[in-house]
Amino acid sequence: MNKTSSNRFSILIYLFIIIWVFLASFPFFWTFWGSFKVELDFFSISNWYNAVTGKNTFDTYKSQFTGAGYEGAWVQEEFWRSFVNSAIVCFFVVLTSLTIGTLGAYALSRSNYKYTFWLLITALIFRAMPPITLVAGYLPPFFEWNIWGILPTTIIVLVSINQPFTLWMLHSFFQNIPKELDESAKVDGCSQFQAFRHVIIPVMWPGVITTGLFSFLLAYNDFAVTAMLLSDENRTMIPKIAAFLGTTYTEGNVMFAVAAVVSATVPLFILVMFFQKKIVSGLTQGAVKG
Amino acid sequence: MKHKTFFWFILPTFLAMLIFIFLPIISVVLQSVHTPHENVLITVENCDPFGCKKVTSIDHEATKNLKQSEPLGKFVGLDIYFDRGHLAIENFKLIWNNSENIFSFIQSLSNLPFYKAVFFTLTFTFTVTPIMLLLGLLIALGVNSISKKLRGIVIFFSLLPMIVTPLIGSIILFWMIDSRGIIGNLIQWLFNDPNLSLKASTTLTWIMLIVYGVWHAIPFSFIVFYAGLQTVPKDQLESAKIDGANKFEEVIYIIIPHLMPLITFVTLMQLMDNFRVFEPIVGFSAEAHATSLSWIIFNDLGGETRQLSAAATSSILTIIGVIILLSPVLLRTWKDFKFKK
Repeated sequence: MNKTSSNRFSILIYLFIIIWVFLASFPFFWTFWGSFKVELDFFSISNWYNAVTGKNTFDTYKSQFTGAGYEGAWVQEEFWRSFVNSAIVCFFVVLTSLTIGTLGAYALSRSNYKYTFWLLITALIFRAMPPITLVAGYLPPFFEWNIWGILPTTIIVLVSINQPFTLWMLHSFFQNIPKELDESAKVDGCSQFQAFRHVIIPVMWPGVITTGLFSFLLAYNDFAVTAMLLSDENRTMIPKIAAFLGTTYTEGNVMFAVAAVVSATVPLFILVMFFQKKIVSGLTQGAVKG
Repeated sequence: MKHKTFFWFILPTFLAMLIFIFLPIISVVLQSVHTPHENVLITVENCDPFGCKKVTSIDHEATKNLKQSEPLGKFVGLDIYFDRGHLAIENFKLIWNNSENIFSFIQSLSNLPFYKAVFFTLTFTFTVTPIMLLLGLLIALGVNSISKKLRGIVIFFSLLPMIVTPLIGSIILFWMIDSRGIIGNLIQWLFNDPNLSLKASTTLTWIMLIVYGVWHAIPFSFIVFYAGLQTVPKDQLESAKIDGANKFEEVIYIIIPHLMPLITFVTLMQLMDNFRVFEPIVGFSAEAHATSLSWIIFNDLGGETRQLSAAATSSILTIIGVIILLSPVLLRTWKDFKFKK
């Protein structure tokens, strides 16, 4: 290859990457920008450019930006309730998943008996099943015992259906930690649990945080299970947004839904900003270990 | 680790999975072979001076007793599996006998709700997976050859389609694709047809959902392949260059074989994830043109009439589908395990 053709080739590569970055990020910026406009601008029949300049927004509010959608969603439609519910669910799901997950995954990584293999395989099959297939099994007993619709039930269910994933991920992190470490702690007189608590966990922190991020995402993003198991007033953000869609189209408050969608995306944006490296390492962890 | 210590460490997570995954599966299996009791009817003859009349009414006492003695409902065996909402054996036979060729067979079959969902789920799974593998690999190769300073920011933006909640991601795209949205406008302008709407046609709806699926899944394959590219042995690439291999040959003969385990891994994960496709159908309000297995279950469970038996049956059929999809992997793991022994 001569120099000019190799230059041309690398320009093509840059162009390709720029197109991908544009496709990946533009929808979010567009919706974020549009969420400060009125509906006639966001969905503009006359001219799409109105969504950029906010012509109709200016006519209504004497400013190119308006927080009306956010006010409608957060105050009028009480989206803040769903935000609080999501925060509670995510916090407890992450805390519980990690507590019981680290204990289990540690045991699985330190035992060589046949049953460890079968436990891991069972977890893999459970991991592959769509969570919605279990919901028919939850409903009758939950109604019977009157525990349907409340947050604690949903938290326990989310923890349990995410355990297979959590176990596999933590298991591969624990396998990177040499067994000699717990052996030497035990020689020094620690019990197995003390070795785990005071020697292994401090070394494991990066792995625990990465796994925590993923259980947070699983809880935050869940729609099928939370929509089925939570009553209307206990809804988390995602089922609330789905419920918005049904009502707002009829009432003409589409901008409430747009504002709610943007509000639910912002925490994820911040998460990626701060934990990009951890997320990447988590995604590749399972892969590299096989 | 001793059996006893192992037991106490594993107990909490084991109980969680036993109570909230294993037992519900058993319950779903039982529900799928039972149907709710019908009311017990009772016929009494009422006689008055003008004659006798037979009156049929609900015997509440007997109904209550029946429901208490058999809380699961009436045992119906595999009836629900074979009914019109699921495998529809009778309609299947009829269509099989009346169809002239395979295309008309598939076409008539896709009028049945369950088969309609199966066709979409399979089409989605087996188009999204190869496309995302290919594009993810191309992007990984591209990012690997751009300046190191830019890679961080590219990865940041690349992660967004995957990290963002599937329902939200599909709603955002749906608003843009709306005939009054920016992409909808663009498409109308490109095809010079002001009435063109992606939502009105089945084919276009399917394409829209598949494009969303690819957009959502690319980051995963890209990130995994990009990490894999960092471990390609440099000396092999060097010697290939000396032998006069061009970029394309390098990719085919060195990079792809090196990435093969990762490609298998990503394929497996994607088959599992795409098979459960559900949120985009809700986000795109596409249920008139495309339904999936998960969507059918969700639809039966929701609403005023919670049709638990129907949902349970679809759930079992879905789980069987997942197991068939996974069987090559499970078989291989089992063989590895036996070989090790």
